[in-house]
Amino acid sequence: MVNPRHIFDEEIRRLRTDLLRMGTLAREAVDKSIKALVNRDSSLAEEVIVGDDIIDKMDLDIEMKCMELIARQQPMARDLRVIGTILKTITDLERIADHAVDIAKIVKILADQPPLKPFIDIPRMCEISLSMLDDALKAFVNEDTELARKMCERDDLVDALYDQVFRELLTYMMEDPKAVVRALYLIFIARFLERVADHATNVGERVVYMITGVLKELNV
Amino acid sequence: MNNKLKIKISVRNLNIYYGKFLAIKNITLDIPERSITAVIGPSGCGKSTFLRALNRMNELLPDVKTEGEVSIDGRNIYSPDVDLVKLRRNVGMVFQRPNPFPKSIFENVAFGLRIQGIRDRERIEETVELSLRRAALWDEVKDKLYKSALELSGGQQQRLCIARALAVQPQVILMDEPASALDPIATLRIEDLMRELKEEYTIVIVTHNMQQAARVSDFTAFFLTDEDRAGMLIEYGNTSDIFTMPKDPRTEGYITGRYG
Repeated sequence: MVNPRHIFDEEIRRLRTDLLRMGTLAREAVDKSIKALVNRDSSLAEEVIVGDDIIDKMDLDIEMKCMELIARQQPMARDLRVIGTILKTITDLERIADHAVDIAKIVKILADQPPLKPFIDIPRMCEISLSMLDDALKAFVNEDTELARKMCERDDLVDALYDQVFRELLTYMMEDPKAVVRALYLIFIARFLERVADHATNVGERVVYMITGVLKELNV
Repeated sequence: MNNKLKIKISVRNLNIYYGKFLAIKNITLDIPERSITAVIGPSGCGKSTFLRALNRMNELLPDVKTEGEVSIDGRNIYSPDVDLVKLRRNVGMVFQRPNPFPKSIFENVAFGLRIQGIRDRERIEETVELSLRRAALWDEVKDKLYKSALELSGGQQQRLCIARALAVQPQVILMDEPASALDPIATLRIEDLMRELKEEYTIVIVTHNMQQAARVSDFTAFFLTDEDRAGMLIEYGNTSDIFTMPKDPRTEGYITGRYG
């Protein structure tokens, strides 16, 4: 017997694919913004800024599609949790992409100034934050609660790195007033990456909710 | 509404009276081809009267008067030279309660062909199979075609009635609450079937169940009665728009369950 809701199932499947595509674009934006920082590449930074329009549009399109499905298909139980998860997750992804733009704007300002120090911890923060986001999206696709829980634990590493970057840059500022502006900008960047990890954690929490129906913070 | 769609049924200033009582008042709307149009509204708002006007079924009731125009493919079905038998063959109907004849499954579907005088055994068998396939019933009944139709479940009987309507090759199918006597799964199966059928047919469905209209239709018309209890068209548009941002506060009130 054919599943009488196969068209609805297909629409949900398409929404999931769209969410994944949006997540991939957001993670690429963050990755590029930090590459632009390290390589002092203003044109790559500009690419991130311009590319954000696509992600913003996806956010709106997916939200409208979710609203339409709720109104027209009366989703229940798991279907409802999937759509609710997608609705919440697009906001986190959109914010992640916005942080990439924030970073890219700073990259363009710093491009005219001499480098303060070699980048070590900031690329490391970026790497961990994006690995969290990657795993959150993978957990969404594979419906893997274990992976979602584990990725959330790495938020502590990102927080610790942030504190470390903050302390280090503080010493630069105390030693040399001319370093203050550049150091402050780098602290902002570290802060944006720390927020990226927080948003990735949110996605992981939603994935666990989607699968199990239990909604709780996985990393407080 | 999307202007690119070809209009199948065009209704202009339709008034229908039962004796002196005006049941529906000044309805004007266009129904696009190969799509599902749902008519929703509270009891007594003239939905079924409107539907029956689309194949002149109201004339089977005593003392009914119809004013205005209903055109199918540009031809007014109320003009005096219209052949009612041909019209109703072209515009088939499925009712609220499945109403199979107390005959075999095969004979139910073959019935329309036999009264058309078709005798060719092979052609009848082909049409019966094709109609049952289109109605998504073939696999369930192919081994018991000569058993009584009354042995089928309610949902199967309703799909049989759809197959019976399809056998005479209509272009338009009218459905009056086709799933209200069925359980939720049988209901979803009928809706799924409707989505398949709209590839070839123009479907108009009347339903109390606005969730059903939301799920299945492309366009939705909302009817409501005025102070004289005459049914009026309040709003008509894309189903997505009607159910996410209706323009008329009365439509909003009805679909949110606060009015009507």
